[in-house]
Amino acid sequence: MAAELGITDLWAQVEDKVILKGASLTVRSGEIHALMGPNGSGKSTLANVLMGNPFYQVIKGEVLYKGEDLLAMAPDERARKGLFIAFQYPVSIPGVTMASFLRTAVSARRGYEKDQLMSLAEFQKLVRGKVEELQIDPAILGRYVNEGFSGGEKKRAEILQMAVLEPEIAIMDETDSGLDVDAVKIVAAGVNRMYEHSGRQMGVLVITHYPRILKYIRPTQVHVMFDGRIVTSGDAELADELDRIGYDGIRAQYEQVAAEVAGEGEVRSAGKVFWVRH
Amino acid sequence: MAVANPLGIDLDQYKWGFRDPEQYAFKSRKGLDRDVVEMISHMKEEPDWMRAFRLHSLGVFEKKPMPTWGADLSTIHFDDIYYYVKPTEKQGKSWDEVPENIKRTFDRLGIPEAEKKFLAGVGAQYESEVVYHSLREEWTKQGVIFLDMDSGLREHPDIVREYFGTVVPPEDNKFAALNSAVWSGGSFVYVPEGVHVTIPLQAYFRINAQNMGQFERTLIIAEPGSYVHYVEGCTAPIYTTDSLHSAVVEIIVKEGARVRYTTIQNWSKNVYNLVTKRAVAYRDATMEWVDGNLGSKVTMKYPSVYMLEPGAKAEILSVAFAGNGQHQDPGGKVIHAAPYTTSSVVSKSISKNGGRAGYRGLVKVYPGARGSKCAVRCDALILDEQSRSDTYPTMEIDEDDVQVTHEATVSKVSDEQLFYLMSRGINQDEAMNMIVRGFIEPISRELPMEYSVELNRLIALEMEGSVG
Repeated sequence: MAAELGITDLWAQVEDKVILKGASLTVRSGEIHALMGPNGSGKSTLANVLMGNPFYQVIKGEVLYKGEDLLAMAPDERARKGLFIAFQYPVSIPGVTMASFLRTAVSARRGYEKDQLMSLAEFQKLVRGKVEELQIDPAILGRYVNEGFSGGEKKRAEILQMAVLEPEIAIMDETDSGLDVDAVKIVAAGVNRMYEHSGRQMGVLVITHYPRILKYIRPTQVHVMFDGRIVTSGDAELADELDRIGYDGIRAQYEQVAAEVAGEGEVRSAGKVFWVRH
Repeated sequence: MAVANPLGIDLDQYKWGFRDPEQYAFKSRKGLDRDVVEMISHMKEEPDWMRAFRLHSLGVFEKKPMPTWGADLSTIHFDDIYYYVKPTEKQGKSWDEVPENIKRTFDRLGIPEAEKKFLAGVGAQYESEVVYHSLREEWTKQGVIFLDMDSGLREHPDIVREYFGTVVPPEDNKFAALNSAVWSGGSFVYVPEGVHVTIPLQAYFRINAQNMGQFERTLIIAEPGSYVHYVEGCTAPIYTTDSLHSAVVEIIVKEGARVRYTTIQNWSKNVYNLVTKRAVAYRDATMEWVDGNLGSKVTMKYPSVYMLEPGAKAEILSVAFAGNGQHQDPGGKVIHAAPYTTSSVVSKSISKNGGRAGYRGLVKVYPGARGSKCAVRCDALILDEQSRSDTYPTMEIDEDDVQVTHEATVSKVSDEQLFYLMSRGINQDEAMNMIVRGFIEPISRELPMEYSVELNRLIALEMEGSVG
């Protein structure tokens, strides 16, 4: 089934600060979208809300994924249904090896019963191929998840997870930041390979501050976000224009947007409240 | 039948019918007094010195007050406990001789399978008596002795007499005295000079009689330059009333020898687990305690190493998990009594659902123990607001030329970590399990593989339903 992620008039806040102010965007199977915008414009907030990060509250709006209410799903359900986010700042999990983590995650993604895991042989075959493709040192599999990883290693580890989990819609949150040009090329080549591998069915949302990565992952659509909403969209040419005139050049055209703030509406969690502890 | 009776007690007056040894096996009674201790020693046909030791220990036990500095022990009723139960008339010499019902119990614990794979010797304690023991032939050739303690006393009385009660004397504490009076079973291990026992010696045991105390006694002697890893694991079924487990473990690690002692404790949730474990380490010897505590109502256990000569090393790794109604009070003691001794203590405790877990430790450095080093690290993970962690580190440092460090952390499972794992499709329970497993990984990686798996499995069971 072709996946479609439809975001309509999404408003969201973090700790009483309204960040998303009516974002709308649709990512379909096979499309590669770039979401650009200056720091603080709400790009990462959108990514986190889509994955169900409990620190973000949805004020109003709708997100449909494969025709279902995404915001009603817990993060793990979203992931099992094929949504993926490569985080900008992935956290470390001390004592848990990448191999163990990846095997548990891919087993969940592929619908194994609770407490069942993909066979070790099958997993090793799968992960070895991915590690090789992405030119990652296989030693990473024996290390604890993100523990002591350099910035670049963290980003590559995120892409490795994406490759192993084979999402239907993948969001890459500033994956290019902190990578040198060679690393950006490797990551972009990896994403392009995943895209081809999916029979050009994977939908991708590349969130980036810089147009650089878009030289290597050519988007089908480009959107620019200011102050919590998308102010203009276009094709790959828009990214090139941004590269020339910068955000200030575009900002001038949309200054008035910033004046609008959140209206009424019920505040709810980005995910359904999936744990109650503290 | 005639009984040596130096104490002038008229044994013929005993109501259990001392003249008919076969009946003793079935006529245990609750409660503890001189008669019970005499009966135990008599039934085991022990030498006089051991009976005298038991009776002396009983006196010490009766005089010592209940310790009140730790967990609540006020609901232990010494009169309501069986101090000796004998399940079978004789000890099984081979697997074929082990009674069927006991085999079934062991089957559920996976013991025969484990043995087929690589267990060299199995000592299984079942209702106070070791019923099965085996030891690989090459070790016997090497002179390694691995017996239950009763057999050890019978077959090697001179060795036992030389060391028994020297590391943990009855006067040490009330529960050491109790064990010394009524001990039964446990392991006796002797490793001759220079012998390396390459495969861990494992003893499985369980208690399954209601209101039955377990008082096993273990003595390990590692001669100079030898090495042995002793593994003790236990599971226990559910009881309806409180039960007491009070063991004593004594280890002598001679010059250049190394002993590792690994325990996974999973007593049922009504057991008081009050254990005294202590080792003495001589010149350049290494003693390692790896101690996992999951079950029991209360555990108070502070494995200790007395470093008596230069170059001795001590390592204590401890993990504790306390759920609803449980109080885990584990820890460790390292005593630097000689120069250039080194110790390391790592403690990890997890509490959830109102449980209480922590660390209680002592670092003592005597004057003159110059150049010694000690590092203590204790980490606590608290899974909810109802649960509690306590840390009681005591340091008595009477020497200037030492390096002592102490680090302690208390943390909660972070929502960021949970979200990260869940964002990869892992459900919340499993995500929580992974974080907890990662937390104790520094200890579980030190366990033999099947124990590591078992520990993770037990923790997963304990974690069930821990999150909404």
